[in-house]
Formats: sequence, structure tokens, C-alpha cells
Amino acid sequence: MNKIVPQNSFKIIARALSVHYGEKQALHQVDLDIRAGEVTALIGPSGCGKSTFLRCINRMNDLVDGARVSGSLTLDGQDIYDPAVDVVQLRARVGMVFQKPNPFPKSIYDNVAYGPRIHGMARDQAELDAIVNGSLEKAGLWAEVKDRLADSGTSLSGGQQQRLCIARAIAVEPELILMDEPCSALDPIATAKVEELIDELRENYTIVMVTHSMQQAARVSQRTAFFHMGKLIEVGDTEQVFTNPREPLTQGYITGRFG
Amino acid sequence: MNDHTVKSYDEELAHLSGQIVRMGGLAEAQFAAAIQALARRDQELARRVVDGDCRIDELDHDVQTFAVRLLALRQPMAGDLRQIVGALNISGEIERIGDYAANIAKRSKVLDQLPVSVPVDGVVRLGELVRGLIKDIIDAYADRDVDKALRVWSRDEEVDAAYNTVFGDLIKGMTADSGAITASTHLLFIAKNIERIGDHATNIAEALHYQIIGVPPHGERPKGNTVGAGE
Repeated sequence: MNKIVPQNSFKIIARALSVHYGEKQALHQVDLDIRAGEVTALIGPSGCGKSTFLRCINRMNDLVDGARVSGSLTLDGQDIYDPAVDVVQLRARVGMVFQKPNPFPKSIYDNVAYGPRIHGMARDQAELDAIVNGSLEKAGLWAEVKDRLADSGTSLSGGQQQRLCIARAIAVEPELILMDEPCSALDPIATAKVEELIDELRENYTIVMVTHSMQQAARVSQRTAFFHMGKLIEVGDTEQVFTNPREPLTQGYITGRFG
Repeated sequence: MNDHTVKSYDEELAHLSGQIVRMGGLAEAQFAAAIQALARRDQELARRVVDGDCRIDELDHDVQTFAVRLLALRQPMAGDLRQIVGALNISGEIERIGDYAANIAKRSKVLDQLPVSVPVDGVVRLGELVRGLIKDIIDAYADRDVDKALRVWSRDEEVDAAYNTVFGDLIKGMTADSGAITASTHLLFIAKNIERIGDHATNIAEALHYQIIGVPPHGERPKGNTVGAGE
């Protein structure tokens, strides 16, 4: 699966995307393009809509009672909210890594093999082994776990668990990986390893990441989008956003001057 | 711009700006005194200028240390980042201005001890012109006045023209009277130092523009041809 993502094409295009949770509007008319082969960081204060936007991309909001999505959101030109879309297939194309590492209470091997098995991606054991090994390799975890694949995933350290979750996400060959504060529960060394991994994954995947760490957004992303009170305030090259933001609200947030 | 949620950060940034303004004021005073020592043949004043340079060097050192501390501890972004990087650059520029002022004072002491004296009016006028630029750019820094910075930036041409006139006059003097060569050469170096101080004022203007706006000044800086130097 050595697909090199074409640069500068748009993987995700959002137009006038709004989300209501019951009466409350969480996202207001967001227009945002996510470029393929890049890491896009979504930043903003709690409740700004960044996670809501992220959760639209794999239709996680479908699971929330009273959630309504309007406007358009496309993945490679295909409407994500088209009733004909198979949500299970969508989530195979759009992987997700959560804030807290959440390995299944299964062996390391089975954690990674789970997705390929239910999607029927391997014809025999040898193929499945190859997918598991390759995914652990790509997640930078292979050397650390190759002699203990039968151990429980939960026996690993927090940082290893998060890389296991990344291995599990990439095992089903997604095109896009969503990460919701993937390092907030990790120490700086484990964080650095995950950030290094994100940089490597960028060659083959498009990544959208929510982070509360401005330094992390600055370190790992190429594009940064700033949300505030459900609105997209500014999006630009990460370097520009952190050295010379266009909007006073962005400047206020990233420099720690928020009212 | 609102205050930071963390108030001590505001105080630290204000302290940094204050140090730059102090340094700038000190350098302007040093330079003015050096020109006065030259004009009045005041050896005592020249000596004080030479001794006073270490104050500016100390402040420069303080600013560099403090700015690095802020970078490490506050991890500044956007306008804050530009202000701190600006302080690092501008402090270095002011420190160079101080060095040139001290060198002018040193040479004016040497000039006073020479048996032959040559007219210094042209060099003093050049000095007054550049002193005005230093004052304006430090004011622009203190007031975060980008228009004033741009005016300083665009006046470097005037300095180059005045320097060229002084240069031509000194060469004429030396050609006419070989006895004046030693004194004129010192004056030539003094004039060159003044011209370089003008360049540093221009550099500060550019750094300040970037600090405030986030981009360097647009377009080509109006620039006269400087003679007598391959720099």
C-alpha cells in the first residue's frame, strides 16, 4: 500500500457546514478545504467546534442524539452525508485515533488484525500476518512488540498503546486519519514519538488533528485552522498562522490573550 | 491588543521593550556626545564616551539573556514572538551604534593631538543628520510607530548623499595639502562610521516594521551610491 498522496489536491471539502446538537448550534457555516498528504491542525478553545468538525468527517456525530448536520462535506468529491453512504465503509476509509489510547482488551496482534478481519482484507494467515507486521512497523512499534504479540494490548505503556491504536487505524488502509488530541495523555518522549510518526504517515495519508497544544500544532502540521465559538476564524499555512496571523482573534488565542 | 491571561508575561515583555528604549537613548546620547567632542575638540567628553560604551554592551547582554529566557519559558507566538526576535535584532544594532560612537570619540582624541587641524564642519553636519535618524527610530520603537520607521528607512539616501559630499571634500583637501593626510584620514573613518550608524538605523527600521506588521518593508529601499567603499 505504497500510495503516494498527490499534493495540493483537496481530500475534504466543507461548504457551509453547520452542526446543531438539539437547539444548540455547535458549528456555523464552515467552509474548509483539507489538502491531501498534509497534516491539518484544528485549534481553538474548548467548545469552539473543532472536535465537532472532526467528528463530521467520519460521521461520529451520527451517534449523538439530536445532532443535525447541514451544508456539504465531501471526501474525494463524494458526499459524506449521502444516505447511500455505508458508514462502516466510510470509517474504514477514515481512521480515527482518540485522546486516550483505547486498545481492545485483546492481544497486540488481534488489536491490529481486528479491522482487516472484519473487512475481509486477508485471504489467509500469511496475508494477515503481513498486514499486522506492516502496520506495527509503520506505527514504529514493531521492534518493541515483535516478541510479545500475544500479550494484551493493555499491558503496553501509554505511548505504546497510542501507537498500537495508530497501527490499528492504518491496518485497514484508510486514506484519512483523524486524531483527536492524540498526545494529551502522553509524556513528552511518547509525544515526540507519535509526532515523528505523524510526520512519516503524512507521506501516505492525509491527517486532520485536533490539538490543544499550540506548540504541537506548530511542530507537526502544514496547515492550521483556528475555530472560535463554532466559526472558522482563520485557516492558513501553519508558519503564517503562528508568526503572523491575519485575524486579531487568532493572535489573541495563540499568544494567550483570550478574554 | 488585550493583556495576557498570565500577567507576569505582560510585565516581562514591557521590561524587554523598556530595556531597548533605554539602550537606544543611551546610544543616541553617546553618539551626540561623540559628535560634540569632535566639534568642540573636547577631549574630556571624548574620554567619557569611550568609557561609557560598556554600559550599552551590558544592556545588550541583558537583553539577549532576557529574550532567550522568554523564548524558552513562554514559547511565544505571533506578535509576541516577533517582539522578542525584534528585541534580539534591534539590541544588536544599537550595540553596534554604540561601538561606532566610541570609535568616533577615540579618533577625535587622536585628531586633537595632531599638529595640523582640518575643518570638521561637514562631518559634524553629517553627524547631526544621522543623530536625528537615531532619535526618530528609537521614538518609533517606543511608540510602535510604523510610519515613522518607514520615514527613517527611506532617509538613508540622504545620509549617503551627505557622506559622498564629505568624502569628496576630504579627498580634495588631501590632494591640495599632503600635510593634512593623517588628520583627513581619521576624519574619513569618522565619516564612514557615521554613515554606518545610519545603516544601523535603517536596519532597526526594517526590524521594527517586521515586528509590528509581520512582513519586511515592501519594495527597494531608496539608496544612493556610496563611494570609497566596497561594502
